[in-house]
Amino acid sequence: MSALLTVKDLARRYPVTGARGERRQLHAVDGVSFSLDAHRTLGIVGESGCGKSTTAKLVLGLLAASSGRIDFAGEPVTALRDARWRAMRRSMQMVPQDPLAALDRRLTVGEQVVEPLQIHNLEAGPGPRQERALSLFEAVGLRPDLFHRYPHELSGGQRQRVVLARALVLDPRLVVCDEPISALDVSVAAQVINLLQDLQGRFGMAYLFISHDLKVVRQIADEVAVMYLGRIVEQGPPDALFHAAAHPYTEALVSAVPTPWRRMRERIVLSGDPPNPVDRPSGCAFHPRCPRAMALCATEAPALRRVADGRLAACHLAPAVDGPVAVAA
Amino acid sequence: MPSLVAMSDAPTSRLTAQALLPSAPPQLGGTAPPSPPLLALEAFTVSFLTGNGATRVVHGVDLTLAPGEALGIVGESGCGKSVTWLAALRLLGKGVTISGKVLLSGQDITPLGEREIARIRGGKIGLIFQDPTSSLNPVHRIGTQIGEALQLHRGLSGAAGQAEALRLLDRVGIADAPRRLRQYPHELSGGMNQRVMIAIALAGEPDVLVADEPTTALDATIQAQILDLIRDIRRDTGMGLVLISHDLGVVADLCDRVAVMYAGRVVETAATAALLHQPHHPYTRGLLAALPELDGPRLRLTPVPGTVPAPDAMPPGCAFAPRCTSAAALCQVAPPPLAPVGGVRQSACLRLGALPPWQGSPEQRALSQREQRLDELVGMSS
Repeated sequence: MSALLTVKDLARRYPVTGARGERRQLHAVDGVSFSLDAHRTLGIVGESGCGKSTTAKLVLGLLAASSGRIDFAGEPVTALRDARWRAMRRSMQMVPQDPLAALDRRLTVGEQVVEPLQIHNLEAGPGPRQERALSLFEAVGLRPDLFHRYPHELSGGQRQRVVLARALVLDPRLVVCDEPISALDVSVAAQVINLLQDLQGRFGMAYLFISHDLKVVRQIADEVAVMYLGRIVEQGPPDALFHAAAHPYTEALVSAVPTPWRRMRERIVLSGDPPNPVDRPSGCAFHPRCPRAMALCATEAPALRRVADGRLAACHLAPAVDGPVAVAA
Repeated sequence: MPSLVAMSDAPTSRLTAQALLPSAPPQLGGTAPPSPPLLALEAFTVSFLTGNGATRVVHGVDLTLAPGEALGIVGESGCGKSVTWLAALRLLGKGVTISGKVLLSGQDITPLGEREIARIRGGKIGLIFQDPTSSLNPVHRIGTQIGEALQLHRGLSGAAGQAEALRLLDRVGIADAPRRLRQYPHELSGGMNQRVMIAIALAGEPDVLVADEPTTALDATIQAQILDLIRDIRRDTGMGLVLISHDLGVVADLCDRVAVMYAGRVVETAATAALLHQPHHPYTRGLLAALPELDGPRLRLTPVPGTVPAPDAMPPGCAFAPRCTSAAALCQVAPPPLAPVGGVRQSACLRLGALPPWQGSPEQRALSQREQRLDELVGMSS
């Protein structure tokens, strides 16, 4: 079975003007490859500016890629906004971070869940459309009497459920979630995480789940990719990654997560900030902050390759199992 | 000519691994703190004026902070954790009415005028906020903004102010301080700006730092840097800390004692370790059970059902009762008082005796088992 979504050597560059007026390139996403099967969840984690949200927009065809290739259900994804793009967008939906910003405050939430059906001219007539929207209300756990309310009348958790209902009303095969629960409180976030898992079990769509919160990603993802400065530095099952990181950046990221329980934990505090993507350091981009950098790291960029236990890592210190791989499962 | 103090260079070691041992709490067990509280709130309430009358959002909070103590305030958005402290320091402007007392070293500061309060803010009480970049003035240089605080609270200006500003930047771990002083906030990263905010807060040599979600806008690795910095400064200066956060992990990292707030009231307070390992109040338990974890088996999360009631539609009894699985008829009558539950612990729940025993979270259980195994191994080898 071929994967639902395949991304190969994806890159997005922006031209910028340097301090002295010189033309430079900002590499927001710099050669990312992964694939995602139906019914699976790939988590992408990393700090701000690592390119995780840009990757999401490229996958959805909202941004044009500078180079590389994206295939969705066997067809290439473009950002041409033509009829073919529109038809494809029906099967790939997005759940953004801030539900209040994503909803139109002058339309009732019911109208907003019906709207995608009108746009794609599905479920002929207002009656069947409302019925379909109400069935989604039920699926995401919203009371039907909220159908005629406006976004400001709902709580944050309810709004995120409306956004989910709107994304799912077209029966998508891929849902890209960009920090879907960062704006929610702890007790409500747990409700939405459980809901996302239940909906996947019921409708079988794939999630591309973008988050900076490792704990949430561990909870929901089948596979995790850690990004640093536009590239994937490690990829594998969440428990393998978070308990025995192969890449020093993953290790630092995991140790930086404050958890209430680990009193005796050793914390690796990285010095400095992530570097500017315009001035990508030579060799491995992480070497100026890496506690284990060697001379080789400053000169040669490590390739993302298979290391022990089937994981992928881009680090000279992680022993490779066999040659570089292009696309991971 | 400004005299520049000798600067130590950038942090020398890239790797700072340290065991996360909380600083020794000033009070242990059930003994009362020997010194009078540095800061105390007594029956403190906050109301907002709205279109249809006043809505009370903080319903009588009693909290104390001993000198040098680190107190964490935890709760979800709208629980009043920030509003309590902003109102106490009179930062919410008109349209807000407060009642009760705010005692700073025994003196009530609520009747003080704006001028006196301004001297306390940034002087005895330092403040840092969530978003450092919007807290700093974008059109003034870093040096000017630190200098302003030094001039106002310490009377330092000119060469002395310059030297002190350099020392402060060095203290908060900013390398190349002379150049940074001439830069504007937009030229610095978010983590760097939060360090500048901490430097400004330290300029008045405060007795207590009130930090409102100081790391929420920062990335994980930068958050770790800032938490370490606050811990170091506290160890060196003995400054008290009020850390307001929605993140129990951050609070557990820095604080000796935690107060959990829900719907404008403190529902539980206890020493950090006691609260985490033996939470009493059903809301505290709900918060702990709803957290996804990095260790232990991956289990389905246990969310707290429902949502927080709106401030103008509070239930007559316990505000948590509509979401509580242990609620009974007596919970609907009146809000339960915050009552002592052994030692320094307090909990506002009428059903404590009827709650099921706390099992601990899966991660907690996995970790304690692992620690037990390690202890056994150590015992065998020695």
